[in-house]
Amino acid sequence: MSLRNFILSLLIFAVLGSGVAVVYARQEHRQAYVQLNRLLRERDEINIEFSRLQLEQATWAETNRIEQVATERIGMRFPQAGELVVIKP
Amino acid sequence: MKVRARPYNLKVRLMVLAGVLGACGVVLVGRAAQMQLLNKDFYQHQGDQRFLRDVPIATSRGMIMDRNGEPMAVSTPVESVWANPKELLQHADRLPELADALGIPQDVLTQNIAQRADKEFVFLRRRINPDDAEAVVKHGIPGVYKQREFRRFYPHGEVMAHVLGFTNIDDHGQEGIELAFDNWLTGKPGEQRVIRDRRGHVVENVDLIRAAEPGKDITLSIDRRIQYLAYRELKAALIANGAASGSVVVIDIPTGEILAMVNQPAYNPNAREAAEPGTHRNRAVTDVVEPGSVMKPFTVLAALEAGLDPNVIVQTSPGWMMLGKYRISDVHDHGAVDLTHLLSTSSNIGAAKLGLGMTSEHLYDVLHRFGYGESTHSGFPGESSGVMAPPNTWGMVKRGSISYGMGVSVTPVQLAQAYAALANHGRLMPPTFIKGGQGEGRQVMDPKIARSVLMMLQSVTEVGGTAQRAAIDGYRVAGKTGTARQASGGSYARRYISVFAGVVPLDHPKFATVVIINNPRGRDYYGGLVSAPVFHNVMDGALRLMDVPPDHIEQWYAAQPAATSSAAPSTAGVAANATDAAAPVDAGTSTEPVQPLAATSDPSAEAEVGL
Repeated sequence: MSLRNFILSLLIFAVLGSGVAVVYARQEHRQAYVQLNRLLRERDEINIEFSRLQLEQATWAETNRIEQVATERIGMRFPQAGELVVIKP
Repeated sequence: MKVRARPYNLKVRLMVLAGVLGACGVVLVGRAAQMQLLNKDFYQHQGDQRFLRDVPIATSRGMIMDRNGEPMAVSTPVESVWANPKELLQHADRLPELADALGIPQDVLTQNIAQRADKEFVFLRRRINPDDAEAVVKHGIPGVYKQREFRRFYPHGEVMAHVLGFTNIDDHGQEGIELAFDNWLTGKPGEQRVIRDRRGHVVENVDLIRAAEPGKDITLSIDRRIQYLAYRELKAALIANGAASGSVVVIDIPTGEILAMVNQPAYNPNAREAAEPGTHRNRAVTDVVEPGSVMKPFTVLAALEAGLDPNVIVQTSPGWMMLGKYRISDVHDHGAVDLTHLLSTSSNIGAAKLGLGMTSEHLYDVLHRFGYGESTHSGFPGESSGVMAPPNTWGMVKRGSISYGMGVSVTPVQLAQAYAALANHGRLMPPTFIKGGQGEGRQVMDPKIARSVLMMLQSVTEVGGTAQRAAIDGYRVAGKTGTARQASGGSYARRYISVFAGVVPLDHPKFATVVIINNPRGRDYYGGLVSAPVFHNVMDGALRLMDVPPDHIEQWYAAQPAATSSAAPSTAGVAANATDAAAPVDAGTSTEPVQPLAATSDPSAEAEVGL
């Protein structure tokens, strides 16, 4: 008799315990999911910022612009043949 | 009067009452059981439909980069403003305010909303600056929301326009690489399940059904710097010669990778609404031309493969001959020429005689092996395979004229591919737009024969050749000019196509380049004068950019004292440069400018051949 009671109470506790565990796990899941979303958003923002910066870099590094800056602002030019020295191996 | 209650049986009454109540209970429980157990799915579904929503998670399209990792096409986020008409129409009094904020006429907006009154979603403005979208939503008009979308930007604009293509408003590729690799570039939008309240506000995120997968990046074989150089020089040449359109293709010989591909006219892919029709076409792969004399090396290859003695002398006197009932002629009488001179003077008669000396099947076979008449399988959308009729339809006239490049139609990229194969010891590498996308090569010609013809082509850019302006200090250049009349309505019009196909450097061939300029209306129209300078300027820069060691340093020393300018391409334009560059070569030989005489197929002759 006492063994039966013992098993019964054990099962009752197990049921209660698993119930609480389910609630807990559910809560954890929600929180983790919220955090996941936040991190994903953060990642997206960073990626977007990165792509914007890349675009900006590409725009600044546009060959046409570099050429203009080199020739007009800095006054660079291609060396004349007389200014080149070829080193023989 | 005394009313006497009828005797009644309390117990029975109670039992009846209990029975009725019990039956009610059973019915209720039964109904509940029916709903909960038997029809659970139906009601669950109905309930979910009212509150659960699967909403997409936007994802960005992959980036396209050049071979050095420079971004060529980048997606950046923009916002689209949308409305829920059902909700918005309950506050119709605020429509004027909304129209004002959006900057669209009020009646247009009202009509737009009214038409979709029973829907829950309508775009108001798409792809606007995130700050502007924020300003609209800040008005707090019920039922107006924004959502993130992505827009494609092309930092290099016109220069890369034809290769990259563009995407439509839904971010799907429409042309070019964007279309060819659409699946690869497109990300998989994610999906998440949310609970929404009656007004459509998200109450809770329930679950992530599928994480968003961003699109994958592509690294092209294009080199941004060579591409730009080709673009600039082609554009300058078109302006200098008053030409209508043109293409330049540069192929890396050992791998078949396309290093540059530009066309004119071009359009700005960032604002392509303004583009004129016809500018969208990537002419280098979609348009065919009759190439003219640039085909002659392949006739020589075919003749040598058929067993012709490489030291043969071909008689081209008196400078004209009858081909069937047509008369074909050279620009002058070149007399008896060997194969090298046949190519360097570009004798139509010589080429036709070689062609007539072999079977149609053999000539067709050789041309076909070099990729003519067949798509290059570069994977570019809308690629043309050119036109080459099967050999059993060739008469003598056709065989003769194909020998000097009339009666076949090829795309610029096919020409570049064939010249690359010629320079690659007879091994044809299919062209590719993807870095490392090298295909299976196939041996299409005996390496010895290919090499010997390539060496013959060197004479074209040397003194006495038709393309001295293609010569580059310090490098040995092989190439071939072509000038063909354009076919129009069954005959040949007085419009020309100036072609130059070249290979550099000869010791370790690196670049195969084709320059095609359509309908130059200036004084010059010969390939050697119009297209060869473009080749020179592009290659001169490309050799430096790709660190290709000079293979002809003695010539560089020899040219040095005479040189005033070492062919530095400047923004000034191509014509002045070309003259400077050619100067050292010309200087020693004659006081005359480069002779246009020897250029190529006499246009008038071709007009008569008119196939």
